[in-house]
Amino acid sequence: MRFEPKFRWLPTPYRSVLLFIVWLLLSQSIEPVHLFFALILAVVIPLLTLRFRDPQPLIERPLLGLRYILRVLADIVTANAQVALLILGPKARLKPAFVTVPLDLQHELPITILASTVSMTPGTVSAEIYPSKDSLQPGEPMPQRCLLIHVLNLSGTEAELINDIKQRYEAPLKEIFQC
Amino acid sequence: MEHWIEWVVAFFLLLGGSFVLIGSIGLTRMPDFFMRLHGPTKATTLGMGGILLGSIFFFYTHGETSVHELLITIFLLITAPISAHMLIKTALHYKLKTIDKTTGKENIHAAQQKQHDRKPLP
Repeated sequence: MRFEPKFRWLPTPYRSVLLFIVWLLLSQSIEPVHLFFALILAVVIPLLTLRFRDPQPLIERPLLGLRYILRVLADIVTANAQVALLILGPKARLKPAFVTVPLDLQHELPITILASTVSMTPGTVSAEIYPSKDSLQPGEPMPQRCLLIHVLNLSGTEAELINDIKQRYEAPLKEIFQC
Repeated sequence: MEHWIEWVVAFFLLLGGSFVLIGSIGLTRMPDFFMRLHGPTKATTLGMGGILLGSIFFFYTHGETSVHELLITIFLLITAPISAHMLIKTALHYKLKTIDKTTGKENIHAAQQKQHDRKPLP
């Protein structure tokens, strides 16, 4: 796990690239003026906003990150079809449940990504992440964190679902952030 | 406009439209708040994606490349889980009723206990 950026003037390289691309997409051109302005924004915005943020682990494996994004996009499509079927199918057959997923991740950024992924994909919505950082005293080590999720239809057992989420989404995130 | 382009655009619009419709049906049809949340967070996102894809394709074949739809899709994908999370968190806080067959309700209590069990601020 790495918190310190490689270059001081470029603290978050991937966010800079994202800002650069988003600005070009917004202005819909690649004229030199827009390229130049996008470059300025991509360097200045991360520098200005860095102080407001808690240090988060940096992305170590960008290629794995790309693979993760593609996998999540594919899963969103299949999960949507599944949820559509569940919604239109008989109500009496649905088995809603609250499930607690114990997490191996500890830091806010990877957990946020995991929680969002869980909300987007397999018939689940993440409801609570606990314990929160605010409830700790300064210097107290972070205890085991858990994710409470609501499942629309628990088809297998709880342990199967937990295992599925941990293997499919949490394990790649751990590798991307190396934590 | 060429014939096949119309077909492709119509396909994307219909696909998107039906998913948005299914999401809305889920909103009225499901028995409790927590189950209602699933329709709008998932089906509607894909529905919007379909409509926006149709729009991108339509403008692309008309010679004006428009990529703003791509940005809308990205922002939608980023913000939808956050709003769902805020909604369900509020619902848990107000202890909204779940239908009887919901299992694992003891997990809610455990989560909130730990969340609100704060030490006094110095």
